[in-house]
Amino acid sequence: MNSLFFNITLLFYLGGTLLFLSYLASKKGNLPRYSLWVTGMGFIFHSITLVTRWGEAGHIPLTNMHEAISFFSWALILVFLLLEYRYRIFILGSFILPLAFIFLVSAAILPNNIKSLDPILQSKWLYIHTILSLLGIVAFAMAFVTGFLYLIQERILKSKKFNTLYFRLPSLDLLDDLNQKSISIGFPLLTLGIITGAFWAEYAWGSYWSWDPKQVFSFITWLFYLTVLHGRLTVGWRAKRAAYLAIIGFMGVIFTFVVMNFIIKGPHTFV
Amino acid sequence: MNIVVVGLSHKTAPVEVRERLTFPTDRIGEALYNLKSYPGIDESAILSTCNRVEICAVVKNTGDGFKRINEFLISREPSLDHSGLVPHLYFYNSKDAIRHIFRVASSLDSLVVGEPQILGQFKDAFESAQIHKTTGIVLNKILKKAIFVAKRVRTETRISESAVSVSFAAVELARKIFGNLDGKVIMLVGAGEMAELAARHLIGSGVKDVMITTRNFERAVELAAEFKGRPVRFDEYPKGMVEADIIICSTGAPTYIIKSDDVREVIHKRKNRPIFLIDISVPRNIEPKVNDIDNVYLYNIDDLQMVVNANIKEREREAGQAEEIISEEVETTSRWLKSLEVVPTIVALKNKAEEIRRSELEKSLSRLGRLTETERQTIEILTSSIINKLLHAPLVSLKHEASSENGSTYIEAARRLFNLDKDIPRHNHKKWGEEEMLKGDEGQIIKDGEKV
Repeated sequence: MNSLFFNITLLFYLGGTLLFLSYLASKKGNLPRYSLWVTGMGFIFHSITLVTRWGEAGHIPLTNMHEAISFFSWALILVFLLLEYRYRIFILGSFILPLAFIFLVSAAILPNNIKSLDPILQSKWLYIHTILSLLGIVAFAMAFVTGFLYLIQERILKSKKFNTLYFRLPSLDLLDDLNQKSISIGFPLLTLGIITGAFWAEYAWGSYWSWDPKQVFSFITWLFYLTVLHGRLTVGWRAKRAAYLAIIGFMGVIFTFVVMNFIIKGPHTFV
Repeated sequence: MNIVVVGLSHKTAPVEVRERLTFPTDRIGEALYNLKSYPGIDESAILSTCNRVEICAVVKNTGDGFKRINEFLISREPSLDHSGLVPHLYFYNSKDAIRHIFRVASSLDSLVVGEPQILGQFKDAFESAQIHKTTGIVLNKILKKAIFVAKRVRTETRISESAVSVSFAAVELARKIFGNLDGKVIMLVGAGEMAELAARHLIGSGVKDVMITTRNFERAVELAAEFKGRPVRFDEYPKGMVEADIIICSTGAPTYIIKSDDVREVIHKRKNRPIFLIDISVPRNIEPKVNDIDNVYLYNIDDLQMVVNANIKEREREAGQAEEIISEEVETTSRWLKSLEVVPTIVALKNKAEEIRRSELEKSLSRLGRLTETERQTIEILTSSIINKLLHAPLVSLKHEASSENGSTYIEAARRLFNLDKDIPRHNHKKWGEEEMLKGDEGQIIKDGEKV
């Protein structure tokens, strides 16, 4: 039942992706309405998927990579829908939807069997740690996308080659603002994620910090975003530079979040 | 009955022709009365702007209507004889006429697609026709609908959104960079006409703080008073640049007065907050290399013109969507127009039957002599029900067919079969021939052909 809902979600997100991508090229103005509708339907099914899985597993479904990525793209779509409601930047969907879809496809490829919970994982710290970290990554993903859009609009305004994107993209100021907000929200989430992770590590292994590779990279990411925020407030790392930094930062996040899990086998591999 | 439009516009007539046919505002009333005095013209309205003259009318017969309006136009400007005028005119009837009216009101037929003035002019034309009582049920409905359609087009498409003048293009770019312009600071360096215009548009869009600097400080003070801004001494303006988000430069200086290094320093002091520089001066006053600095956007007069060109293209793209809205509305309106025609026919048919019944009844009653009240009533009911039963089927199919493609044929047939149009010569073949030739796309103009 759960995998049926998952597959329906996948189909809706595929539809949303295609609709939003054709919006980039199309001349029709009412396309985003359908795209948003399809995305909204996908989100509803996604929510049902998560809830039914929770019911089947008997614990919050955040204990393997499949579940973590699924939750991540769910939160990404949630934030996207909230932003659409507030700002109506349809073009955001042309970038968020493919991102969410790709993540969900990779979740589909990963083993999705519900396993009985390892006793060392049974702690509320685990859930708090995972949820905070994943929400932090969602915020950084938003910073990445808005930064990317900023660079596109900046290029258009500089080169003076006005195409459809110019009309569809919002102002530089709004993109820069969203970029800053995303990082300002993502950073405390990451900070709390790392702290709760330390608490959980203490609970599970008896030590707060053991310098395992994932912890190291999380710490580096944290330092990076700290520098970005600090630079913005003091020496004016805003606008174009902030956009580049948000993109670089997110690459680091993806590296820590995904790649590390496949390269290094340690106690952290499940998430 | 049919709706027609006869007119000419910037697309069909050069200004030499248009200027001779223009109706001055104070003489529209006179023209409307004059037009109404032509036979066969039931309702009329005149729209006259510098780009177009449109005569909208409801006429008894399309072909004759076209001819009368043509005569009316020539009578206004006899120097333009038939051959000088007709090639510039367009003639629309039925659906095409409705579509044309909707397109004009929605600014799809305008020189600059999406320009907003036409709707105001359209409303004025409608109003003056109403004041002079030359519109009736049909034109009132259609012109009101046209205003509604124009508003719908404006809210549902982006046809009027992008700027199509250089000075508005500056405002639009400022919005693309800064978003909301409230609280932004602009600085005028030198003040040409265009710079002032751009500044005015920016102030209209929310900018409150204006700095003005000119070589002649008194002039700056003067302008500052006008814009409620601050005058800045010319040798001090580089300091002001740090504060200013938007700088409009238009001095008569023959060289670059704002150089790349100056701006680099300014942007550093601004901690990378973007600057939008507009160089309206020719020769240019801002070094072009300035545009290579991050977070600095330099636009000269040609660049602004490029924005305008892109916007015009964008508007034309949006026009496609507007055409869809219009097609939709044309459908509903022409359906309404058709249904309108069936109602008088049904009423006429019922009246005629009732008339016959009454006169026949009276004759018979007088012959029968004394009758009881019941007998009398029975005869009354008998006659009524015969008539009602007989008319039931034709009335139902008339109502039903009215909105079909052959609606007008049915109505025409009913009118002829029951001879509803009295006092009208029945077999005027010459007229038939003419109408066949003038028949519009809809082919529905013949139905009232015999009434004239």
